[in-house]
Amino acid sequence: MKSLLPILTIVAAILVIWVLAVVPMNMHLTADQAQRDGLVVVPQTPLERQGYSGLGLSVANLGLIPLTYTLDRPRLPSPHQVAGEMWETIALRNVTSRQSLVYHGWVTLSATLVGFAIGTTLGMLLAVGIVHNRAMDMSVMPWAIASQTIPILALAPMIIVMMGQFGIQGLLPKAVISAYLSFFPVVVGMVKGLRSPDAMQMDLLRTYYASSSQGFWKLRLPASVPYLFASFKIGISAALVGAIVAELPTGARAGFGARMLVGDQYGNPLVTWAALFAAAITAAALVAIFTAMERLTLRRMGMAAA
Amino acid sequence: MTADTVISAQGLNLTFQTNDGPVHALKDVNLDIRKGEFVSFIGPSGCGKTTFLRCIAGLEVPTDGTLSVNGMTPDQARRARAYGYVFQAAGLYPWRTIGGNVKLPLEIMGFSKSEQAERVARVLALVDLAGFEKKFPWQLSGGMQQRASIARALAFDADILLMDEPFGALDEIVRDHLNEQLLALWARTEKTIGFVTHSIPEAVYLSTKIVVMSPRPGRITDVIDSPLPKERPLDIRDSKEFIDIAHRVREGLRAGHVDD
Repeated sequence: MKSLLPILTIVAAILVIWVLAVVPMNMHLTADQAQRDGLVVVPQTPLERQGYSGLGLSVANLGLIPLTYTLDRPRLPSPHQVAGEMWETIALRNVTSRQSLVYHGWVTLSATLVGFAIGTTLGMLLAVGIVHNRAMDMSVMPWAIASQTIPILALAPMIIVMMGQFGIQGLLPKAVISAYLSFFPVVVGMVKGLRSPDAMQMDLLRTYYASSSQGFWKLRLPASVPYLFASFKIGISAALVGAIVAELPTGARAGFGARMLVGDQYGNPLVTWAALFAAAITAAALVAIFTAMERLTLRRMGMAAA
Repeated sequence: MTADTVISAQGLNLTFQTNDGPVHALKDVNLDIRKGEFVSFIGPSGCGKTTFLRCIAGLEVPTDGTLSVNGMTPDQARRARAYGYVFQAAGLYPWRTIGGNVKLPLEIMGFSKSEQAERVARVLALVDLAGFEKKFPWQLSGGMQQRASIARALAFDADILLMDEPFGALDEIVRDHLNEQLLALWARTEKTIGFVTHSIPEAVYLSTKIVVMSPRPGRITDVIDSPLPKERPLDIRDSKEFIDIAHRVREGLRAGHVDD
């Protein structure tokens, strides 16, 4: 709990900057609205106001500042508006409703978890192959690296369209994109972990005339566990990003990605922001779960967590 | 070479190919080690003492000459699990308890569960670590960790023990204590011990035979059969015989250093 104070300090600083930024960001919209409502606005025509910066217009209309926080469709929603929207769509709606962020969250999360399972399994198998087989070492790694240089935004629609061609729709194409993003950190981390035993430890096993499978199960695999957890934490958040990206370009009707897109297309930024924050909180929770598992596992293995 | 010769090297040469050209790590090494001897290899770094030990263990392959261990080639001896090897670092697995670490070679060699437990208890008692079986390595001092690694090398009861500067990283006081314990252990188990060190007092105190080596190329410059009795209290190091042997070792080391 020692880290609580620094974390809260940063959160508070971000909130302050956010709250301050709301005024100039929304002032033009607020001024237009206020004029329609019959309030006095300086300068008087929208055209003249275009010549003002957000900050300049705010200074000229100090009395309108409170109104910047209550716009229905603000350019930058204020924190309490986002919190209100989240409260409404998470807590007050039936979780099976299309209006519920919990429903959309589960759609994205299920694809994330399936994709992560596929990705980590693939990643671990590739890592074992790379460490034990020289041909795989030479051939797989460059391709694994190359695969991550392709923008997922370009690849995602292709994967969805191609899988749709074979009648595969819904969760699985999204999971494939999640897997595509999450296998890589697992490969890199596990290869490093499996190779972490030093020359002396490998020599020790040679003095016992240990087989290479004994070397794997007794030395390499346990030695790779701390590396693996670091990879899991990167992999699970990458998997979530993958699932959201997979929902963006395809007209998906459910999921965090669909919510973000809907908010954008229908000019309702509150929906977008609420989905964004819900996704961030989900990612943080997933990483926290893996951190807890890491701590538990390493303690049970007798290795104190770093 | 007599009937009780355990390790025999004849005309042993080993050249490493490096980026800076070939390095002559061992040159014309001839040495017989009899059963139950405690042989120390002493010399400055680069004299090939560790390389020679690794050749005996089958971890390096000589380029020339013959080397037999228990009447076999070193590689056959390694496959027959003829020796236990203690490295400079304890190298215990942090995820295994002390007992689990000692059990490692027994698991690999396929001892039964009950035999594993019995042997772990026995060798831990032998190195004075009874009661530490359930502790993890980080809970032990450096000296205790190294004792655990000796127990690990003793667990499968090979009759040769090869030790590569096992106490090199420990302080003087701990080292004295471990040397004393090692001698007691050697007396009780009657193993043949090959021991690499760069400490003259350690070599003289422990050994029945001291092999003095010198670098570039790595070779044996002197072999001293110690006249000290098998029973050696720590204060034997103040006796005249001890000082004489230490003097001869020092002379041997200096003679090998003329070209520097």
